[in-house]
Amino acid sequence: MSIIQVENLKYQYPSAEHLALNNLTFTINQGEFIGIAGANKAGKTSLCMALCGLIPHFFKGAYGGNVLVNDKPVRDTPLNNLTDLTGLVLDHPFTQLSGAKNTVFGEIAFGLENKGVPRKLMLERIEEVLHLLHISELRNKHPFTLSGGEMQRVAIASALALKPDILLLDEPTSQLDAARTTEVFRMLANLADQGTTLIIAEYNIEKMALHCHRILLLNTGSAIDFNTPRWVFSRPDLNEHGIVPPLITRLAKSLHIKRDDGLYPVETREFNALGGFVDA
Amino acid sequence: MPDITVKNVQFYFPGNVEALHAVDLHLPPVPTAIVGENGAGKTTFAKLLKRLLKPSQGKILLNGGPIDRLSTTQIAAHIGLVFQNPDHQIFKNRVRDEVMFGPLQIGLSKKKAYEAASQALKRVGLAESSEENPYDLALSERKLVGVASILAMDTDVIILDEPTIGQDERGKQLITSVVRELSEEGKLVLCILHDMNLVADMCERTIVFHHGRVFLDGETNWVFSHEEVLNQAAIEPPQVMQVARQLGIKHAVTEQALLNELAKLKIKC
Repeated sequence: MSIIQVENLKYQYPSAEHLALNNLTFTINQGEFIGIAGANKAGKTSLCMALCGLIPHFFKGAYGGNVLVNDKPVRDTPLNNLTDLTGLVLDHPFTQLSGAKNTVFGEIAFGLENKGVPRKLMLERIEEVLHLLHISELRNKHPFTLSGGEMQRVAIASALALKPDILLLDEPTSQLDAARTTEVFRMLANLADQGTTLIIAEYNIEKMALHCHRILLLNTGSAIDFNTPRWVFSRPDLNEHGIVPPLITRLAKSLHIKRDDGLYPVETREFNALGGFVDA
Repeated sequence: MPDITVKNVQFYFPGNVEALHAVDLHLPPVPTAIVGENGAGKTTFAKLLKRLLKPSQGKILLNGGPIDRLSTTQIAAHIGLVFQNPDHQIFKNRVRDEVMFGPLQIGLSKKKAYEAASQALKRVGLAESSEENPYDLALSERKLVGVASILAMDTDVIILDEPTIGQDERGKQLITSVVRELSEEGKLVLCILHDMNLVADMCERTIVFHHGRVFLDGETNWVFSHEEVLNQAAIEPPQVMQVARQLGIKHAVTEQALLNELAKLKIKC
């Protein structure tokens, strides 16, 4: 069942000379875990903004085409109604945190308070996300005294606490250590299994290859491909779009290890099965 | 040649919260990675080296002399720090002015500061953005403005706090080549990094921080061979080593080495 439909979406920021998003058309189904890949200025952040409604409601500029979220046209739906459906984690936690609260606990509560969530439910949700992001011990700290990675986890927790149907994450693991990055991707994969639709813009190709159902490849605002990680990362022209495929795919390409469908593997187990390197 | 010695440094945040415990390090001009889980004390350590924070106990020596005897301007002329968050570093409303600010503060003439800024911006690929407002740039570009600001000061010691945040492949390659060039020029480059593939690519020495202590310190390949110890510090070895281990191949540290080993196995099959 489709939850997002994008039809001929075009967008240009005020005073910009080029389109940030150029004629995008695609559909995303409920419970899908979508990765957006592309070099800087490919349009990843702009697309996240357009899917949650900050474009065109907050960022003005030239807007064409349609974005439907749960069949509601984003352009004609007030932003506060869209925030019931979509959550957004910004690429820079410092920008996301409200600055209005003195504790991590209060920061996570902030969105829930604004949504009028009943107190008991609010407390349950805060405890749940504190636990999920392993930040319970930070609950009484001031958000702006935290390290970059801790702040990033608070920003993710604040968005998760609102339990949106669609969660958009713009480089959510850029400041996380390896163990936390792995945890966050696993947690997101679990959320997708439970029906939350996830859209993540990331440079961590290795993790996207392992966890995302489909990859949307962007280049200067245009959609180049939208398919499974195997399909997208098997493209011979990937480097031209500023993307280096996962290590396993690079090894498979060099050693000519392919699947029957002509695609290269993206994860070790399949690579090993095809290459027969280690006895399973 | 630049040289930093850290002697038994401890640091407490207000409320007696210990951030660093008895850190003893000698830092010669070798490209060095500082790694560790979030909150391990990496950024605090960088701020102590730059004397933005003062140790609660212990001493830091720059080229053999105590750093606390140097003025702020003298420290600025020797040690450059690229902040983790570029928005904590940038305050001018034109990229060129931002990059010229440091050189002017350490006594360069306007003409020389202009030239240094132009060269630094060219080095990070931002020559065409010199007249723009830094806050009109993307996060990845603001981070590069921060790097250019330090390059323009031509300091002997350069500390980069997570320089690859928000950088795409091209940006990562650019940072890697800048670090290599600076090291070849004899500068002491310290990089705080979470991307272990870059650590393996860029840094000869790796220091692992864990709960405010130096947990492991040595040549990068040697550090990455201590997988169980790294696990405790929430560090994953580079992707090549992880895949090599999963495929039962020992001693493959680079992608090419792994490929060679796999090619041999493939022929046997």
